[in-house]
Amino acid sequence: MPALSIRSLSKSFFGYPVLSDIDIDLEVGEVHGLVGENGAGKSTLMKILAGVYAPDSGSIHLGETDLRFTHPTQAHAAGISTVFQEFNLLPDRSVAQNIYLGREPRVRGFVSSALMNRNAQALFDSLGVTTISASARVGDLSVAQQQIVEIAKALSYDARVISMDEPTAALADHEVALLYGIIRTLTSRGVTILYVSHRLREIFDLCDRISVLKDGVLVTTRAAAELDEQELVRLMVGRPLSTFFATADADAVVGDVVLSLQSAGNAWVDDISLELRSGEIVGMAGLQGAGRTEVLEGIAGSAPFTRGTVEVAGKTVRIRSPRRAIQLGIAHITEDRKATGLALGQSVLDNALSVVRATTPRRVGAARRRALTMLQDLELSARGPDQEVRYLSGGNQQKVVLAKWLLTEPRVLLLDEPTRGIDVGAKQALYVLMRTLAAAGHAILMVSSELPELIGMADRILVLRDGRLVAELPAASDEETILAAASGIDTGVAA
Amino acid sequence: MNGRTAAVRRTLGSTTATVYAIFVVVAIAGAILAATAGSAFFTEGNLESLLTATTVLGLVAIGQTLVVLLGSLDLSVPFVVSLSSVLAAGVMLGSADNLVAGILTAVVASTLIGLVNGLLVGLVKINGFIATLGIGLIVSGYLFTNYQGSTGQASPQLVAFGGLTLGFVPVTTILMFACLAIVMVLLTRTRTGMHVFAVGGDPEVARMSGVRNAVPVIVAHALSGLFAGLAGLVVVARLGVGSPQVGSQGGYDLLSIAAVVLGGAVLAGGRGSLWGSLGGILIFATIDSILGILQVNPYLKDVVRGVIIIVAVAVYARRSVPRRPARFGGGAR
Repeated sequence: MPALSIRSLSKSFFGYPVLSDIDIDLEVGEVHGLVGENGAGKSTLMKILAGVYAPDSGSIHLGETDLRFTHPTQAHAAGISTVFQEFNLLPDRSVAQNIYLGREPRVRGFVSSALMNRNAQALFDSLGVTTISASARVGDLSVAQQQIVEIAKALSYDARVISMDEPTAALADHEVALLYGIIRTLTSRGVTILYVSHRLREIFDLCDRISVLKDGVLVTTRAAAELDEQELVRLMVGRPLSTFFATADADAVVGDVVLSLQSAGNAWVDDISLELRSGEIVGMAGLQGAGRTEVLEGIAGSAPFTRGTVEVAGKTVRIRSPRRAIQLGIAHITEDRKATGLALGQSVLDNALSVVRATTPRRVGAARRRALTMLQDLELSARGPDQEVRYLSGGNQQKVVLAKWLLTEPRVLLLDEPTRGIDVGAKQALYVLMRTLAAAGHAILMVSSELPELIGMADRILVLRDGRLVAELPAASDEETILAAASGIDTGVAA
Repeated sequence: MNGRTAAVRRTLGSTTATVYAIFVVVAIAGAILAATAGSAFFTEGNLESLLTATTVLGLVAIGQTLVVLLGSLDLSVPFVVSLSSVLAAGVMLGSADNLVAGILTAVVASTLIGLVNGLLVGLVKINGFIATLGIGLIVSGYLFTNYQGSTGQASPQLVAFGGLTLGFVPVTTILMFACLAIVMVLLTRTRTGMHVFAVGGDPEVARMSGVRNAVPVIVAHALSGLFAGLAGLVVVARLGVGSPQVGSQGGYDLLSIAAVVLGGAVLAGGRGSLWGSLGGILIFATIDSILGILQVNPYLKDVVRGVIIIVAVAVYARRSVPRRPARFGGGAR
């Protein structure tokens, strides 16, 4: 009898199906891999299991019981714990205080720190972890140790099923080995693990069986022994590339080098050398945590490079602040629109003018006149320029961010996950816009986790792994090749 | 390196240790300055007045620390101090028989105001700054429409209690330390206390871990009201009468927040300590005392306070952790 059965589970957001009719059985004590591209529905499935989302239809059974969660604490009570990618820890509190938050053990009515520390230490002992002190402050631990604290917290709910979302994303190789050991200890105790990862090597190292999701549909569940890496990648990808992406004009001209990096690096990326020419779109691929965002932040001066040389239009420059980057004609459209792209409570117009106001106040008048036309050209649908951007859809918010940067008349556009969280129609509009901008002579460097998007849009693709550039691939590369370079596995294709 | 040296190093490097280091420096500098001015700093009389000055602000700051740890603020405290003083003096009317009734009235009214603050912040989800500012204004309006100048009279026992000392230590100061100890137990030995840190640190993490976030919010605000009420009683014990202005003249709202921040707390919540706040108050009281001895312009002490807060918080800020772990060595360009 399976530990956990998922039966015809479906979920859609705004009428757009994210999971359709999923059936998966997790056997007692197995490590079950869950793989698929970004947007395949893995995270949604995990969040349903964690009680963060409720499914539209279908059911989850734990042994005999039928589970219905409306709050994460109910999932914990039922014995299902989730280790999310973002840590759910309080850095200023101790390890034990984090693990037992909300369930602090009490002796005669008072919380006993001694007992709490003992319990936590026992938990670590049972996992074979000796390097973490229960009384240490979580903020003082390494990322790997924090990851282990998350797992210990999940386990402390007497979890029978633990799902882990990219648990190694932030870990170095030797730390991954530690995680492997913990997972084996858990399964030998009859705990079932649902393991989500992009790193196929880990999937094969750890998993007994593997389920493949694609576009919200379960492609197959197979024993890991029946599969090899090429076959798995083929199952994950195997999608016809439609004419979804705007193609470059045949007579598009790639011009001079506008941005060049030679061995640029800082604490997060190292030895980055690249050239960006006007009129071209360069894609940047890599796994979560490979350092893609950090490269853009280095160029844009928000986390400056400390080594190497940067040239803009042939002149050596030092970009130590976003302000300097903006003056040099570099626009950085960040990954997290709501936190770093927009002032949500301000109007469309105020947002659109914010960078011009801050950097070239003399041009505000002219920018204001151009702003309205530009917003119209971008086909912004808003009640008017005075509407608060908070109330716009993701796609329209992204248009405001673009308008804000285009008003600075940049030469270089750095786009970090530009289509994240926006719908299909808006995506397509953005692709067309990117082509138009490139044709008008802008140089575009685009980071994306969606491989079809990179392949469809980029003139060439740079691949990052562990903070370094590992490959430069031509426009027509297939997803297998990119994935192989990004994850460092050998799929038989030279990277 | 074994665990113990690590723990010692952590304690020495902690913000609270820095606060007391600043306090020691200020005290020594004060003693030297006082000596050059021809008077002694460490006299019993001087220490007694220093501790007396610590008591009222200390009580208010205990409550303020709780509220700041949550990520909220309590701006209503000065008006609660005044209200407590006029209610207590008004009920007592100088009679020994009304002592208990007067104390109870003041304490219950103050706690209720704190409770209302807590309900507004915890359940209605109004920002703490706004909620307590609004309630503070309401209480202030009540005070100034109903009372002109000093009012009522304290029971003789309360006045006697206010003057009581053990050696050079006022008994009211000991009472303040008792309150500090109780709150310390609350913060370290009860779930509600631990959840004050959790909600202040990250309300979403707390909620996902099954904490009912409203509980610590309401308890902390109610206690802040209670301690402001006790501070009001100490004021009545000293002055012998109630005063509708004593709280706002004392500037207890901003001074208590300043002391808490000087003690190493972060206004965003989740980080801070009672010992730190106490250190902050001791620093302020010491400065007041020194400047009193030196007979400098009393307004200068605000300048000194301001400088100390800014310097201290700048020092704490330099220790903030980097936002993500480095993968490669920093390396100079």
